[in-house]
Amino acid sequence: MAVTAQDTPAIQADSAETTTTDFGGIISPIEIVRIAWEGIVRNKIRSLLTMLGVIIGVAAVITMISISAGTEAQIAAQIEGLGANLIFIQNSFGRGGPGGDNNTPSLVFSDLDVVKSVGGVVGTAVEQTSAESVRVGSTTLTDVPLVGTTVDFPSVRDVGIDEGRFFNETELDRSAKVTVLGPSLANDLFGETDPIGQSITVGTTKLTVIGVTDEKGVVGNTDFDAQLYVPITLAFDKFVPSQFRQFAGDRVRVIYAQIEESVDIENVMLQIELKLSSVKGVAPEELPFAIQTQQDIIDTQGAATEAFRSLLAWVAGVSLLVGGIGIMNIMLVSVTERTREIGIRQSVGATPNDIRLQFLTEAVMLSLIGGILGVILGVGGSILFGQTGDMPTVIVPSSILLAFGSAAVVGIVFGFFPANKAAQLDPIEALRHE
Amino acid sequence: MNPIIQTRNLRKVYRMGDIQVNALDGVEIDINAGEFVAIMGPSGSGKSTLMNIIGCLDRPTEGHYILTGENVSDMSKVQLAAIRNRRLGFVFQSFNLLPRTSALRNVMLPLVYKRGKSALAPAEREALAMQALKTVGLADRAHHHPQEMSGGQRQRVAIARALVNDPVLIMADEPTGNLDTKTGDEIMGVLHELHQRGRTIVMVTHEAYIADQTERTIFLRDGKIDDEGSF
Repeated sequence: MAVTAQDTPAIQADSAETTTTDFGGIISPIEIVRIAWEGIVRNKIRSLLTMLGVIIGVAAVITMISISAGTEAQIAAQIEGLGANLIFIQNSFGRGGPGGDNNTPSLVFSDLDVVKSVGGVVGTAVEQTSAESVRVGSTTLTDVPLVGTTVDFPSVRDVGIDEGRFFNETELDRSAKVTVLGPSLANDLFGETDPIGQSITVGTTKLTVIGVTDEKGVVGNTDFDAQLYVPITLAFDKFVPSQFRQFAGDRVRVIYAQIEESVDIENVMLQIELKLSSVKGVAPEELPFAIQTQQDIIDTQGAATEAFRSLLAWVAGVSLLVGGIGIMNIMLVSVTERTREIGIRQSVGATPNDIRLQFLTEAVMLSLIGGILGVILGVGGSILFGQTGDMPTVIVPSSILLAFGSAAVVGIVFGFFPANKAAQLDPIEALRHE
Repeated sequence: MNPIIQTRNLRKVYRMGDIQVNALDGVEIDINAGEFVAIMGPSGSGKSTLMNIIGCLDRPTEGHYILTGENVSDMSKVQLAAIRNRRLGFVFQSFNLLPRTSALRNVMLPLVYKRGKSALAPAEREALAMQALKTVGLADRAHHHPQEMSGGQRQRVAIARALVNDPVLIMADEPTGNLDTKTGDEIMGVLHELHQRGRTIVMVTHEAYIADQTERTIFLRDGKIDDEGSF
């Protein structure tokens, strides 16, 4: 029998320890963390399953927020790409549009001259649009966006000309049957062939291609590269005839006014509003037009994406909550499964507080580790989305803090109930547990 | 003599619905320092209840239990935890070691729960645990897990754990119950060695030949001491 070492028992209870009043405190925090860590690594699969909800929740929060932030940034960049110092004059939503109430004044072509006459306006353009079928030889495209406009459109909207030229004043005056194509439309119709000088049939009208614009891409809701431009006078004659032309003139969708750099844009907007209302014979506040700058449009879009972002954040938050409930479930199972362990610890001197802290620490550590993995997954996923998907992403650092903080709170809140259950176990019952 | 355990009129009453069960019915025992005592009795005799109270895992309904001169019968859960941590060592029938945890960490467990002035640095804990493992002859298996060990080795790890906090009393609850005769004898050998070195041991058993090896056997029947004497 190998009882070897010098084992000398203390017959007296160690006199320094005869009181038990100093046992109320907790054991060293390092030790608690170590015990909790051992609990986590002793059952890696269960730990991973426990963390899964938090991992997904945190990753969802970060990815969702980065997608909405990316979308927002993209929209802002696109709207800025509309051209600097631009004022947009449009019929207010739902009023004065084609088929609208005849007593409500609409934006018409002659209003362009009113806008031009305002001081500080250096360039104007007008737009009326329709969707037409376009035919070249055997190729027919339907629903091609047709834009009737004026000669300054390229400079006002910042669209370059790649080949040929834009139409001129003379062609505008004469409603000349000429057209300028967006590059992707030109490619769809002609492929490798040079489109300049070719004829295309738009609706029932034959037009001659005189130019192709530079690539500009999608701005707002408009794909500049897929549309074709014609003199607005031609558009009125052939494509967007108004039955009210005799009384009201030719309606237009929008008038653009480019403003001199140094002038106060608010003042110019006010001038435009006053002049238009005097021409229409209504009070300025009754003028049914929206007169906006790019900034106004960015703000409107921003408010929409802001709402979208907070919706996404709530959805992600709910998934974090579900993750927390997952932690609670598995921790409860874990407490039952580890009843014997709890009994053993109690038998060697663990107090209810020690047991509570052990399980609470374990829950918090699980959710923090889950949080870290979720951050890695969320950031990685966001980067991947941004690079491969159609969705632009911008990682918002505060979302990482938010997600991580919520994970910690989830751990404490949902860890508390199982930890309390563990702490209240009776040592005799716990030791007997199979 | 130097009494370690004194119980006076110890009663434990369980209520099961309307029925009242007197698990312990006025038990009075005295155990002196350095004694090796067996507690025997048929199932339902109250020996487990007595063991739990002596081991400070449970409190009596009535009566007094004085452990090393201190009345522990009315102590709080935290105070009882402190008593178990500082003065008692347990050896169980089913070993009760933490699975997937090295023998050394298992033996260190009671020391982990020391706190305040008596808290030990990790190095001290490890040294004490190592010494306890040496005492039971398992120093070379310190880093093995219980599931890599035989039943006898596991029980020796448990004995090392019971020793590591230098307790005034070792409680052994059917320590050979899960072992074959030969291994059981080995474990009894270890306990005898500890006894010879001055340890006080209280052992619950239902096997007469195991109880016969102790200095004194306390018989319990229906919650009362039936007969007391040495063989």
